[in-house]
Amino acid sequence: MQFGIFTVGDVTPDPTTGRTPTERERIKAMVAIALKAEEVGLDVFATGEHHNPPFVPSSPTTMLGYIAAQTQRLVLSTSTTLITTNDPVKIAEDFAMLQHLADGRVDLMMGRGNTGPVYPWFGKDIRQGINLAVENYALLHRLWREDVVDWEGRFRTPLQGFTSTPRPLDGVPPFVWHGSIRSPEIAEQAAYYGDGFFHNNIFWPADHTKRMVELYRNRYAHYGHGTPEQAIVGLGGQVFMRPNSQDAVREFRPYFDNAPVYGHGPSLEDFTEQTPLTVGSPQQVIEKTLAFREYAGDYQRQLFLMDHAGLPLKTVLEQIDLLGEEVVPVLRKEFAAGRPAGVPEAPTHTSLLAAARKGQDVEDQEVVA
Amino acid sequence: MKLVVVSAGLSVPSSTRLLGDRLAAAVERRAEDVDVQVVELRDLAVEIAHHFTNGFPGRALAAALDAVTGADGLIVVTPVFSASYSGLFKSFFDVLDKDALTGKPVLIAATGGTARHSLVLEHALRPLFAYLRAVVVPTGVYAASEDWGGTDGLADRVERAAAELTTLMQGLTPTHRTPKSDVEVTPFAELLTQGPPLPHHAHDTVRAQ
Repeated sequence: MQFGIFTVGDVTPDPTTGRTPTERERIKAMVAIALKAEEVGLDVFATGEHHNPPFVPSSPTTMLGYIAAQTQRLVLSTSTTLITTNDPVKIAEDFAMLQHLADGRVDLMMGRGNTGPVYPWFGKDIRQGINLAVENYALLHRLWREDVVDWEGRFRTPLQGFTSTPRPLDGVPPFVWHGSIRSPEIAEQAAYYGDGFFHNNIFWPADHTKRMVELYRNRYAHYGHGTPEQAIVGLGGQVFMRPNSQDAVREFRPYFDNAPVYGHGPSLEDFTEQTPLTVGSPQQVIEKTLAFREYAGDYQRQLFLMDHAGLPLKTVLEQIDLLGEEVVPVLRKEFAAGRPAGVPEAPTHTSLLAAARKGQDVEDQEVVA
Repeated sequence: MKLVVVSAGLSVPSSTRLLGDRLAAAVERRAEDVDVQVVELRDLAVEIAHHFTNGFPGRALAAALDAVTGADGLIVVTPVFSASYSGLFKSFFDVLDKDALTGKPVLIAATGGTARHSLVLEHALRPLFAYLRAVVVPTGVYAASEDWGGTDGLADRVERAAAELTTLMQGLTPTHRTPKSDVEVTPFAELLTQGPPLPHHAHDTVRAQ
């Protein structure tokens, strides 16, 4: 099972000091967080993509390439890459380039974004959000798998004899997750392709997550990729820890109360009860996270949101230390202990390459026979 | 038959709730097997506000939304605030699924300090429920303070409205009786072909193949 960090990249004033980091400070902090994730033994770092203040990460492959150069093991990913408003040709090329530079330590998560105006800013029609996600990904999927593509669609200039470059590393496209909170169409899309489905459950009650993941698992089996239990599922999480849980609550409350998205709304107590948010001791985080599989089944990837709402970098790095030292080792052991045989690990470049070679061997044998 | 009363009264006891109860009792007298459930919006006020900020309903509000969605008929009662329904009343219907009331019989009712606001039923409540594609019963019931001590027809209006609602509940099958699942699936083959038509030249290519 993979554990990692995902970041939205918000520039938010620290409510306890009133200080707002500069864009440069925030961008560099995101890099420091990624490096810390590798240092403490986490598996994945994923950055959001946004094109409006107060967010900074508009250019994910630039950032991930910079991080790739300073890391050895960490898988670099996104949360999410906008499949609706980015040109699928550019996504194909940017991430193939990153694959080569990072020696295959790359996957990505498709998403539609949560900001309406981003559609017109990039010349798209928000009413076509789902249709854009469907058509653009169908093209992206082909661009990574066919050397020469002829293509015509509804939303983009036709392509005649087009080759996206560079070709994916070792001929193996990056693994794709499809992220969605509310849209069953996206779960269906992930199931159709046999791709991963990431439910960003951090602001949602468990019963909703359960229904979405169940839908994906059942449709994954429907399309013949394996059993429902073999489908590739990722979940979000949001934690703030101190050794003493009362200290965690006291320190995190002003950040919670003023956070983008849910600030000035529910109480910290209600929100921790109804959503995956855990504010408390590492042991509480372990217990709550282990319970996710009770409603989502055994899953492959757990990403934590650690660095939003104006938390200072120093605090975030302390949090990631706690996560890497006290929480994740226990989660790895416990999740592995209860895991039925036949539930796969999250695909990596290495595993996909091995599978592709095995498939090629089988094909060669069939030709010989 | 399942009848749900949505009351936006704020005081306890409340004349808005009283009017809702009288209307429900009048329906119960007319039909057998009427199961009445009352949704008091006052008790849900905080969860309704949090639904706006969180994006999902708390447990009590979710149960109330399911009850309204699953009802065979509704009686909705609001006090008149600033010449319209109360903000709390509107907020409840703002967080209800937009298709939840399609084809559902709804009796509209309101209370106020003076009869001068009685047309609020026609200029505020009826358009709201028309928008939500409910079947609004012809008689709306407005009760001013003076009506509770008067003899000028509140009881008659209650009976007439209740009779209309009962007839509609017995005769109509609302389109959505069960709460809608939020994860209904459209097969991917259909998703691939949704959206605007292909550009003209693309059609030509398809034909050429």
